[in-house]
Amino acid sequence: MQFVQLLISGVAQGCIYGLIALGFVLIYKATEIVSFAQGEFMMVGAFIGVAAMSWLGFPFWLAVIAAMLAMGLLGLLLERVVIRPVLGQPAFSIVMLTIGIGYLLRGLVTMIPGMGTETHTLDVPYKDATLQWGSLVVGAEQIAVILTTVLLCALLFAMFRYTRLGVAMQAASQNQLAAYYMGIPVQRINGMVWALAGMVAAIAGLLLAPITFVHANMGFIGLKAFPAAVVGGFGSLPGAIVGGLVIGSIESLSGFYLPEGFKDVAAYVVVLIMLMVRPNGLFGERLVKKV
Amino acid sequence: MRFIFKTSYQQDIRLAKHGGHLFWYGLLVLGLLAAPGLLPEYWLAQLTFVLIYGIAGLGLMLLAGFTGQFSLGHAAFLGVGAYTQALLTTMGWPFLLSLSCAALLSAAVGIVVGLPALRVKGIYLAIATLAFGFIVEEIFARWESVTGGNKGIFLQPPQIMGYAFESSEAFYFLCLVIAIVCTLAILNLLRAPTGRAFVAIRDSEISAQSMGIHLAYYKTLSFALSAALAGIAGALYGHKLQFITPEQFDIVQSIDLLLMIVIGGLGSVHGAFLGAMFLIFMPQLISLSKDWLPDSIGQSPGLQTFVYGAVLIVFVMFEPLGIYGRWIKVRAWLQLFPFYRRGMFRRQKSFQKSERLR
Repeated sequence: MQFVQLLISGVAQGCIYGLIALGFVLIYKATEIVSFAQGEFMMVGAFIGVAAMSWLGFPFWLAVIAAMLAMGLLGLLLERVVIRPVLGQPAFSIVMLTIGIGYLLRGLVTMIPGMGTETHTLDVPYKDATLQWGSLVVGAEQIAVILTTVLLCALLFAMFRYTRLGVAMQAASQNQLAAYYMGIPVQRINGMVWALAGMVAAIAGLLLAPITFVHANMGFIGLKAFPAAVVGGFGSLPGAIVGGLVIGSIESLSGFYLPEGFKDVAAYVVVLIMLMVRPNGLFGERLVKKV
Repeated sequence: MRFIFKTSYQQDIRLAKHGGHLFWYGLLVLGLLAAPGLLPEYWLAQLTFVLIYGIAGLGLMLLAGFTGQFSLGHAAFLGVGAYTQALLTTMGWPFLLSLSCAALLSAAVGIVVGLPALRVKGIYLAIATLAFGFIVEEIFARWESVTGGNKGIFLQPPQIMGYAFESSEAFYFLCLVIAIVCTLAILNLLRAPTGRAFVAIRDSEISAQSMGIHLAYYKTLSFALSAALAGIAGALYGHKLQFITPEQFDIVQSIDLLLMIVIGGLGSVHGAFLGAMFLIFMPQLISLSKDWLPDSIGQSPGLQTFVYGAVLIVFVMFEPLGIYGRWIKVRAWLQLFPFYRRGMFRRQKSFQKSERLR
């Protein structure tokens, strides 16, 4: 029972990692940029949710929509203003640029007077509710996380499969040049991908808010999503979620069964082993470069 | 405008290209030697930190700027150096011996990281070093019998031949000498075959390999040398602060080091020190500007983070070669004065090149 209990909280936490990793993977697949700002995106999304509820008095579901829209716009804006002019520069310059975006967002949020430096709670309708089966107690927050992730994955799958935009995104991420020749506006698609990543991050932030709290440094959890993305195979969307689940469960289990201290590094130990044994991850395709 | 006609390869790799170099760098060294007499105590301490971060920056520059291997866990090497130094000096080892040990141990750790890193490159390497940095930080925090855990550990002032560098002037001179020695070592390394091999690997691994460069050997060597420099810097850092805790060697420190060399100018030795100056003096500038800003912004702890992020974005977008790149342009403008044209340094527009092949 203990094991199942741990596994459920691990899976819930893993879904968060998976959602953040989903953001990376979306961006990486489309533009070959690894965005270190994804954790900060999540933080900003959560803050917008809190602001919408406490300042504007929005109900919860409206705050979620507002946060998603705002983050989508932010993603679109950042891609247009900051990312597009530097495409073609060495990959690491762009990574540094996304680190800069992360710093900028964190600094901006911290500078909001009376709000940025404090810790907030998000008043979700399902707060403090628990479900009980025998000796198994599960918080409603965790169930909300798992259900929303499943729903979101289904929606994304449907989008990539059945909509014109989704198919265009797939095409652009497979071969930009060929997609461009086929009349797909690759740059606009890239903007859409950043917007989508921002929306996914906003959802992740709002889901995480009841479990931890909303504060300016919650974006550092984004660093845990790199292991998730690598374990799943960088550049594989289902891999991101599976990687997140693997990392979350291992973290939760090692926190209980192993001595203190292993919980915080379990994800990184796993990623080091993964990189040594199978650098392409569980779902990553093997790329052969010809010269 | 000075024209140098090179007639031999020896001339091409000379350290001082012409008399002007000797003059200006000589003047710089004289100025640095005179600094303790001119600067107040506080600024001298800041200058010492610039030298220490400069040494660490040199190491990371060798790895990232010249070999093209990016490390997101470099603070861990800094930490290994600092903790080794703390433990050995409390055991009564002489300074120079313990400093060498700190450098050697960091280099050994660097090799341990570098070997598995041979399998991965690019962003995977960055993530692997990130993971390594987290693990080492956790080891510092948990291995309490040795490192003192989160309570930290104290360091004695360094001692050479019974002379203790207790005053901040004496310690400044010590750092200055070590920084000069490290800089000369790196400069010499870069004009030797090893350094050229590093640059070749950065520019294209495949062509470097086809020219007979042993990739695994040189990449590991680069990691080891870089870690050794970081270890030396860490040891000095520990001595300067006299107290170290695991939080000083966390991911933020690693990112600060990277930010430093990117802003200073990737791929130039000047860049390491210019970046260190940026990293140390920027907070001072920000605190000066607080008087002009409204309180709600000026007193906010987020201001510094915001400025770092903004500066980083501006540099990557408009000046990818960093402060040193800007100086090169200013110098060209001065030298060519009436004939400088705007487009001279325009980068060739290159479209996104993909590493993927499907």
